[in-house]
Amino acid sequence: MNHNTDVIIIGAGPVGLFAIFELGLLNLQCHLIDNLDKVGGQCSELYPEKPIYDIPSRVKISGQELTDELMKQVKVFNPVFHLNQQAEKIEKLSDQLWKVSTSAGNIISAKCVVIAAGVGSFVPRKPPIENIEKYENTSVFYSVRDKKKFNGKNILIAGGGDSALDWANDLSSIADVTLMHRRKEFRAAPTTVSKMLNLEKKNKIKFILGQLDSIQESEGQQLNIEYKNDEKKDSLKVDFLLPFYGLKMELGPIANWGLNLYENQIVVDTEKFETSEPSIFAIGDINIYPGKLKLILSGFHEAALMAQKCFSYCCPDKKNVFRYTTSSKDLHKKLGV
Amino acid sequence: MGIIFVKDREGNSHKLEAEAGSTIMEIIRDAGLEIEAACGGCCACATCHVYVEENWLSKLKTRCEEEILMLDQAFHVANTSRLCCQLEFDEQINGIVLTLAPD
Ligand SMILES: Cc1cc2nc3c(=O)[nH]c(=O)nc-3n(C[C@H](O)[C@H](O)[C@H](O)COP(=O)(O)OP(=O)(O)OC[C@H]3O[C@@H](n4cnc5c(N)ncnc54)[C@H](O)[C@@H]3O)c2cc1C
Ligand code: FES
Repeated sequence: MNHNTDVIIIGAGPVGLFAIFELGLLNLQCHLIDNLDKVGGQCSELYPEKPIYDIPSRVKISGQELTDELMKQVKVFNPVFHLNQQAEKIEKLSDQLWKVSTSAGNIISAKCVVIAAGVGSFVPRKPPIENIEKYENTSVFYSVRDKKKFNGKNILIAGGGDSALDWANDLSSIADVTLMHRRKEFRAAPTTVSKMLNLEKKNKIKFILGQLDSIQESEGQQLNIEYKNDEKKDSLKVDFLLPFYGLKMELGPIANWGLNLYENQIVVDTEKFETSEPSIFAIGDINIYPGKLKLILSGFHEAALMAQKCFSYCCPDKKNVFRYTTSSKDLHKKLGV
Repeated sequence: MGIIFVKDREGNSHKLEAEAGSTIMEIIRDAGLEIEAACGGCCACATCHVYVEENWLSKLKTRCEEEILMLDQAFHVANTSRLCCQLEFDEQINGIVLTLAPD
């Protein structure tokens, strides 16, 4: 699909979300891209339940609450979200136009690009097992895209969180599922856990205590998986291995976009938060400048200043008059109040 | 001021100066050793996984529920495994010996 907008925001963490607001006040429309299946970045993925104490005027707010409140605040500006996809490529169409392509085949063009990519995309944590790369996408999968592939097969699911148990439950209706975890307690929703234990009782899921140790090829496309439980070693043969050990952050394709980087962060100025490439900005955890603090409130400030400069790129002939949201009739109209 | 001993993933040993009040993760990170500690010590990432030498185990505070849960996202977990952002350095563990877990 092709889209056209004023500003593309890469990353829908708290800082990317607040950027919608600051840009919206200046009448600029945004499209956001995020790898995750939800908005909120680190706040919703890593610590939804944990309290944050340094958001101005909020004595205490959890990661998820902050995300929800930001979504409420920006709703009026009708941002367009492209979730579950990575921003892969950026190309200059002309002096005043960028094109960003995503892993899901979306192509978005805009006058400005704002990189609010945190520490990078959330990607699956891979077990540190020798040669595992060799089997990735043939017999080892970190996510399930096409269930049909697993029909009637032998599958080992490793991990003890929501994804591991959800998929064990789900795939047990079409495949021979073994779940492996290092203890028989799970970090998943209680209903998911009881469903899994129930399926185990009915012999629909087999559970083994253990941790992955090594993988070798076995005859007929199968994998021989060695695992350890304390010091005891054992092995089993399966068609597919699905490890679910949560997500980690990796800079990803942004590293190849030709921007000035310092230790995997994007170098910006502190007036406009613009990168080495004019009309590409970087705000939030992804940027670096003298004195940078990786705080949400710093990212909010950066979003406000970035928006001013975006306005001059997007509307070169218009004058930007500084106004307060408290008193400006014009801003009230935009905010629908 | 005290010390801790850390064996890195290549098997080299490092003697690091340690100050009470810092966490072991901070001491290792600030010394420039390879420890990801992606969440900055919030017990939210399991990338500060270390093995504690057996005879020091009893000197440490036991794992809290949050650390136990987070260890589920670590690999090659042993009974000597700890998330070292949850270990505060003090006189009790002066001289402790640790090994960085594989990543
Ligand atoms: C446990 C914990 C506790 C914290 N406590 C506090 C606190 O008390 N106070 C505070 O101020 N800060 C705290 N922080 C830090 C705070 O969460 C970050 O500063 C904040 O999340 C940064 O927001 P961001 O929008 O810049 O990036 P992030 O929240 O990291 O979001 C970036 C988003 O970009 C996406 N992305 C990256 N690259 C791509 C790509 N190429 N394509 C598509 N999507 C991409 C990622 O998937 C991610 O969703 C804490 C962090 C952690 C982990
Ligand atoms: S640094 Fe993230 S869990 Fe210790």
